[in-house]
Amino acid sequence: MSLLTVEHLTIRFGGLVAVDDVSFAAADRKITAIIGPNGAGKTTVFNCLTGFYKPDVGRMMLSKDGQEWLLERMEGFRISQQAGVARTFQNIRLFPKMTVLENLLVAQHNVLQAASGFSIAGLLGLNSYRTAERAAIELARHWLDRVGMVHLANDEAGSLPYGAQRRLEIARAMCTGPRLLCLDEPAAGLNPAESAALAALVRRIRDEDGVAILLIEHDMSVVMEISDRIVVLDHGRKIAEGTPDQVRDDPEVIRAYLGAAEDEVAS
Amino acid sequence: MDGTKAANALKEAGLAALVALLLAVPLIGFRLTEGLQGLGIETRFDWVAWGVGVVFFGRFGLALTRGSRGDLLGHLPAMPKFPTGTGRTVAGLLLLLAIAMPLLPVADRYMVEIAITVLIYVMLGWGLNIVVGLAGLLDLGYVAFYAVGAYTYALLAINFDMSFWLCLPIAGLFAALFGIILGFPVLRLRGDYLAIVTLGFGEMIRIVLLNWKEFSGGPNGISSIPRPDFFGFPFAREGEPGQTTFHQLFGLEFSPMHRIIFLYYLILVLALLTNWFTLRMRRLPVGRAWEALREDEIACRALGINPTNVKLSAFALGAMFGGFAGAFFATRQGFISPESFSFIESAVILAIVVLGGMGSQMGVVIAAAFLILVPELLRDFSQYRMVLFGMAMVLIMLWRPQGLVAHRAPSARLEAGA
Amino acid sequence: MINGLTLGAIYGLIAIGYTMVYGIIGMINFAHGEVYMIGAFISVITFTILGPFGFASPVLAIVVVLMVALVFTSVYGWTVERIAYRPLRGSFRLAPLISAIGVSIFLQNYVHMLQGAKMKPVQPVVRGGFVLAEEGGFVVQITYLQIGIIAATLVLMAGFTLLIHRTSLGRSQRACEQDRKMAALLGVNVDRTISLTFVMGAALAAVAGLIFTLYYGAVDFFIGFLAGLKAFTAAVLGGIGSLPGAMLGGVLIGLIEAFWSAHFPIAYKDVAVFGILVIVLIFRPTGLLGRPDIEKV
Repeated sequence: MSLLTVEHLTIRFGGLVAVDDVSFAAADRKITAIIGPNGAGKTTVFNCLTGFYKPDVGRMMLSKDGQEWLLERMEGFRISQQAGVARTFQNIRLFPKMTVLENLLVAQHNVLQAASGFSIAGLLGLNSYRTAERAAIELARHWLDRVGMVHLANDEAGSLPYGAQRRLEIARAMCTGPRLLCLDEPAAGLNPAESAALAALVRRIRDEDGVAILLIEHDMSVVMEISDRIVVLDHGRKIAEGTPDQVRDDPEVIRAYLGAAEDEVAS
Repeated sequence: MDGTKAANALKEAGLAALVALLLAVPLIGFRLTEGLQGLGIETRFDWVAWGVGVVFFGRFGLALTRGSRGDLLGHLPAMPKFPTGTGRTVAGLLLLLAIAMPLLPVADRYMVEIAITVLIYVMLGWGLNIVVGLAGLLDLGYVAFYAVGAYTYALLAINFDMSFWLCLPIAGLFAALFGIILGFPVLRLRGDYLAIVTLGFGEMIRIVLLNWKEFSGGPNGISSIPRPDFFGFPFAREGEPGQTTFHQLFGLEFSPMHRIIFLYYLILVLALLTNWFTLRMRRLPVGRAWEALREDEIACRALGINPTNVKLSAFALGAMFGGFAGAFFATRQGFISPESFSFIESAVILAIVVLGGMGSQMGVVIAAAFLILVPELLRDFSQYRMVLFGMAMVLIMLWRPQGLVAHRAPSARLEAGA
Repeated sequence: MINGLTLGAIYGLIAIGYTMVYGIIGMINFAHGEVYMIGAFISVITFTILGPFGFASPVLAIVVVLMVALVFTSVYGWTVERIAYRPLRGSFRLAPLISAIGVSIFLQNYVHMLQGAKMKPVQPVVRGGFVLAEEGGFVVQITYLQIGIIAATLVLMAGFTLLIHRTSLGRSQRACEQDRKMAALLGVNVDRTISLTFVMGAALAAVAGLIFTLYYGAVDFFIGFLAGLKAFTAAVLGGIGSLPGAMLGGVLIGLIEAFWSAHFPIAYKDVAVFGILVIVLIFRPTGLLGRPDIEKV
């Protein structure tokens, strides 16, 4: 049963067709990778899924436990709030002046906001809110533990080393309690040891937390190692889809990548 | 080599002097005089010479001591780093001082009046700090809410004979309502557009107040606004028949100072309430969302936070405190007119927030004290007062672009091992 | 209508200064209105000095005044940037804005202190005009001055557009606008480019100041604030960062004001202007000619 079904997704910017009639599905509790050369439209697909762009054509449906959400019809922030799609960003977007813990608490805004009775119970310091806040801090601690950053909890997020910032962004996305986690190049800029740790982290999220993962990644060792299924985009079109082994040997995919490599050499 | 250094310094100084000369000649060198035949002209080249001389030698001295091209202010001493906890101690001491101030023997009427003014600006600064400092929304028309509060109180008190204590919350709520009405359409705009729209809104309110004579009294404003009483006991030499006055209640000698001291404590309580509220909100989800929004709106949306609601709450709450302060202002002055609500007020309040260090409550106090007391101390030079004021604003910004108090206290901590 | 166009020309010329500065360093130059006021004052002073010499032709007098005002006002623009903004470049967003408000307060009161608070009336320099239409005693006329102003503005605009699109200065400017760091790496002198932007903005403000002096015949130290506000509104209305947008915005605001003054209570004309700004921004957040910006995620 697929959690996310994308059908005929098309996005144009002026004359440029950034994503052209792409359809794919992502299964629940599986890791689906979207790969492709630079400019293939991967991040654009993410931006559509998370409501930053509205598609010109197409349908994006999330379904779980008998509930359905049509993402293209939802306002940006509701996609995370109601459908439970969380994401990270290619160029990390933390709240740099806030502490690590605060970053994780902001992610639990909607739960806490309801518990604080739209601030009134919170202002009065009622017990119900205090309990909720303690629970939120516990959840934050749990995720800090998972990404190995408990000792950094009170540090300013902007002052962390790069790798820690990447992990914090994943922890923050997980604190929203998502059904689908979209990771946009989580291994970019990491050293091999960090990449391996990241792969393990993502795999554990799939296996232990029961969350489906959509992954954009350039690091093929990570992609081939952890993905259950791979979708290959090139120039906005889907050129292949399948298991890592199928995709690896697909002539179309090899051509796209080699062609891209030649372009890069030429320029 | 000293020779080249001196030569360079001389060159720098010469250039600076040339620029100063060009700046000074048209506006300082000539003064327009109004005569019977229209404009005449008067020359003041001695002033120009003085000015250019000062710039020349000033720049020369600077260049010699600091090496050329150095930023003028780069070498000023940095603020010392205080150990953690200092802020709390200082705040406590300041609070004690604030409570004791009017009772000290040195406190005369003039001093308490000034202290009231400072506190009004502290309160306005704290209110605007919610909007600008925490939520990062640039509001250049904050004075509009101040005006709404003041006029709400004045009109309700005069036309419906309502007491200050009833009007105060109404004024706050009314200002908040204005905040929401304005905020709803414009909060989707990006930072600088928001700035200009709020600025325009502030001016619109002022223009309406100035011209809608039946409603607001136009440029003449509203006078004889009722003064506050002590929970039903007026501050007067003689109460109306059957009415106990404040001094009778406590068996004191009548003194006009009573009311002033009462006003002082009233604004102190209002300001502290604002502060308490803000500090409390910072630790609540909404408060954290304000700061998160200031840091990165896109990330907020990705985390399921509704940016419009969060912004609107900051805007409305900031407006509400502006409204409270406005009502207080009206009852204190007993007279209000649109003149008190011009753009310069918004600019001063914003300057208090930014000079203090965005989001810092203590910074607001320091900056408010500075920006209100300095012009007051310069009273004797009233001609140059605003010139120096503008200059001081620029200099402080150059010296500490991040504001006087740049430290940010986290809103939650993870205790080790718990 | 013609009144509106003239007023629009003034706003437009000031608005270009805002738009250029905003485009290149992303800051609202709050003191720009005061620079315009200074331009107007320098014009008045120069006219008064020239008075006794009695120039044969008013055109010659205007040209001389224009040159003087351009040079001196530009020095003011340059100095403001050098002292109050450049050291703050790269610090956080609101610092230069506060600095600019400080400069604005300073300049306003500096002129107040030096030149006094009274209105300074000027003898009209150019008189006469054409009668365009006469209907039942109602005369529609266009003065030489108005023609001159509109023509001068058009010429300036054309020259300016050429400057931005054809010269190396314009190229550096556009490069800085796109990516200042990259431009610096490619050998563009960023400091100089920004300085020149301020100088050009100030020069145009000086022209606006001169036009104001000629047209309204009276100047005081407070004219900068409201004009600056409206010019900035014009820049936003037209789409900030866009030069034709600034001009269009200026003309629109001038026309709105003239139209409103003719048909509705004049006291509320500024309310009308801001009201229209708000409406435009709600439906077209990037202004009339602004590039729609796609949010980069």
